[in-house]
Amino acid sequence: MSARSWPASRPRRLGLFLLLLFLLSLVVSYRAAEVRPFQLFFGEGRDNLLVFVRGMFPPDFSPDFLRFILRPTLETIQISVMGTALAILIGFPLSLLAASNLTFRGVLHEAETGRHPWSRALRAVPYFLARAILNFFRAVPEFVWALLFVRAVGLGPLPGVLAIGVGYGGILGKIYAEIFEGVDPRPIEAFQSTGASRPSIFLYGFLPQAFPNLLSYSLYRWECAIRAAAILGFVGAGGIGQQIELSLRMFNHQEVVTLILVLLLLISGVEQLSAFLRRQIA
Amino acid sequence: MASTIPQRSRPAVLAWAMPGFLLALFIWSYLGVGGNLGELFGPEGRAGMADYVKRLYPPNLEGEFLLEVGKAALETLSISFMGTFIAALLGGALVFLASSNLMFSGILFEREGGWGLARGFRMALFGLSRAILSILRSIPEIVLAMIFIFAVGLGPFPGVLALGLHTGGVLGKLFSEVVEDIDSRPLESLQATGASRLKILLYGVLPQVLPQFLSYTLYRWEVNIRTAAILGIVGAGGIGLKLHIAVSLFLEDQLLTLIAVLFAMVTAVDYLSHAVRKRLI
Amino acid sequence: MFLLQGVDKKFRRGEVALHGVDLSIGPGERVAFIGPSGAGKTTLFRILNFSLRPSQGKVFFEGSLVDGIGGRRLRRLRRKIGTIYQHHNLVPRLRVVHNVLAGRLGAWSTPRALLSLVRPAEVDLAYSALLQVGIPQKLFARTDELSGGQQQRVAIARVLLQDPACILADEPVSSVDPSLAKRIVRLLIDLSSKQAKTLAMNLHNVDLALAHFPRVIGLKDGQILFDKEPQSITPEDLKALFPTPTEGAGILSTEQAYLERPFVARI
Repeated sequence: MSARSWPASRPRRLGLFLLLLFLLSLVVSYRAAEVRPFQLFFGEGRDNLLVFVRGMFPPDFSPDFLRFILRPTLETIQISVMGTALAILIGFPLSLLAASNLTFRGVLHEAETGRHPWSRALRAVPYFLARAILNFFRAVPEFVWALLFVRAVGLGPLPGVLAIGVGYGGILGKIYAEIFEGVDPRPIEAFQSTGASRPSIFLYGFLPQAFPNLLSYSLYRWECAIRAAAILGFVGAGGIGQQIELSLRMFNHQEVVTLILVLLLLISGVEQLSAFLRRQIA
Repeated sequence: MASTIPQRSRPAVLAWAMPGFLLALFIWSYLGVGGNLGELFGPEGRAGMADYVKRLYPPNLEGEFLLEVGKAALETLSISFMGTFIAALLGGALVFLASSNLMFSGILFEREGGWGLARGFRMALFGLSRAILSILRSIPEIVLAMIFIFAVGLGPFPGVLALGLHTGGVLGKLFSEVVEDIDSRPLESLQATGASRLKILLYGVLPQVLPQFLSYTLYRWEVNIRTAAILGIVGAGGIGLKLHIAVSLFLEDQLLTLIAVLFAMVTAVDYLSHAVRKRLI
Repeated sequence: MFLLQGVDKKFRRGEVALHGVDLSIGPGERVAFIGPSGAGKTTLFRILNFSLRPSQGKVFFEGSLVDGIGGRRLRRLRRKIGTIYQHHNLVPRLRVVHNVLAGRLGAWSTPRALLSLVRPAEVDLAYSALLQVGIPQKLFARTDELSGGQQQRVAIARVLLQDPACILADEPVSSVDPSLAKRIVRLLIDLSSKQAKTLAMNLHNVDLALAHFPRVIGLKDGQILFDKEPQSITPEDLKALFPTPTEGAGILSTEQAYLERPFVARI
């Protein structure tokens, strides 16, 4: 009997490799991101932070200021609503192309495939094109979109609306396409067998099945849009963010606290409302 | 005969209330901020946009600039990585204080009745850590970034701190949901062996929650790579700073390059994170 | 009406559903298909109603070869064939009236179809169809509030509105109790014979098939085993079709299981 009779524990090469990779990344990031903890906790950094915290109190609740920030607050809501509406306008048509069972696969296309050897491949082209566009809209952060649109159309709420519209259009389009791909194909086949045209099949088969999910997800995106709308003002795209940036730059820290509190109320209010509406759909 | 056709049931008030409300919200918003949306797609607006897009091309691909962009991209990547790492540490440290089944309720505390001082202390700790997490979570990263720029000056470090604190709040919340959701039976059997709370944590809780913790952290990394890119716009380094400069100084030829690099970076992180997360579950 | 010559159907995963099927169904004929589950009955019907394209062989409809057509011409053919599905294939969230009126989709233009979703058109047609299947009071009910038997009647009403020359019924009674099954089969036979429509039906219930149809076709492993009048079908024929005596019950339970499987793919 050998000294070690138990089975050897299998060395996990992949795990070891990942761990090394992680440690390496950590060291590189630490240097590249110029992390200097001492700067924060000692000396000037700490003093500045204390100045900031002391300057926060008391928060500015004067009626004048509250009246002054009412408009940007409402504007933030308006930007989020219009942005989401635009996102639906952009995402919906693209999702029709990006849903494989609508463009080239599945029961709607079974009887026609093979007619021409290239017909199926040809119909997949708009599908991949739509997916690529959606991916691009989604991968560029809405903040960067806002930066670009501020330059293209000028300051104000409009670039905010456009930024949310494009960025969230990409997200909504992808999710809508997934919802369409998830519908029960059996009613679709039944409607097709009555000789219905594609648009009619879509109206009677796809839309009623998908509608609750489409609406619910769009409302959820509206919740996210209010957060986005609140910070897009930092690059001049209107709303309460512009005000926060201004107060920060002017070192009016009492105003900053008030604004952040208003922002919290706004976000949680919209979240409650959207959650309520989504419960009604279910 | 016709009279026997059943009448359409009158739709409930609520069935009309929701579309009505959403429509009203839309119209109000349109009147507020959508007024010149139409103008944008009119002939003048279209010409302006087309002109803008035309100026983006050709992208700037000079070696020197590419090197700079590469450095900025690495910086953004580093900010997101360090920020997420700090956030995971912060969330991971606070989560055990912020989980009710480790602090005062559930199987570990079945035999502890009443309101002893120790129990009260633990409940206070629980409430405090929850409050901290919720405050961290609710301040937007960009506001935190500006505060830290005020404290430690321009550069990537304030970006790291902003991401770390905000994401720490988010992860702490997500983690605590995982911890409160674990199977309590292993804890019960460990407790029955006479193990201390710390040992129960090590042998009963951590093995159950770590894969989920890692998965959530990776998911937030995907979010943070996007956020790290934008924090530069307010002065927290990285590719966002380059974007801001390019936009402000009308260096349109740089924009396309920068956006392409950003797109590639975001897609790569998404892909990597998805691949690892799929293996975890 | 239908003429099939050497029809094969292979699915992409490689399984063979039909193999060398030759079949002719005349106008106004009444045919029952019987056979174990997996015999290819449903696939055959999906080829007959032009939802699937055969991998090999020819399908003639009303004397002309159906191949390589699509779009409007294919839709015009589909309108002439009404299908009743085993699982009703209704949209649960729509009101009954819309599911019935969907039978008119082939005749309606798209704007008309859209308007009808807001304000139902041709309600009197839908009502009289529901009257014929015996559930007129359900006109404006939501479809998912109906029982399985009632949903099957809605599907039949839909086919009535489509007014096809031929009705294909794929296991129309697999999810209802025996007495109701008999009544639904009778109803379909009455409706089709009154208007001289062709009727083809898949049945797992051999007794129903033998009792009500002048022509019974046995299908197994994608091939036609026999094609006879019910009087000349021998116990040996049936034994070849269902080798184990428990098989008959087994079919019912697997289909039941299929019907009751959880509906996933919801986000």
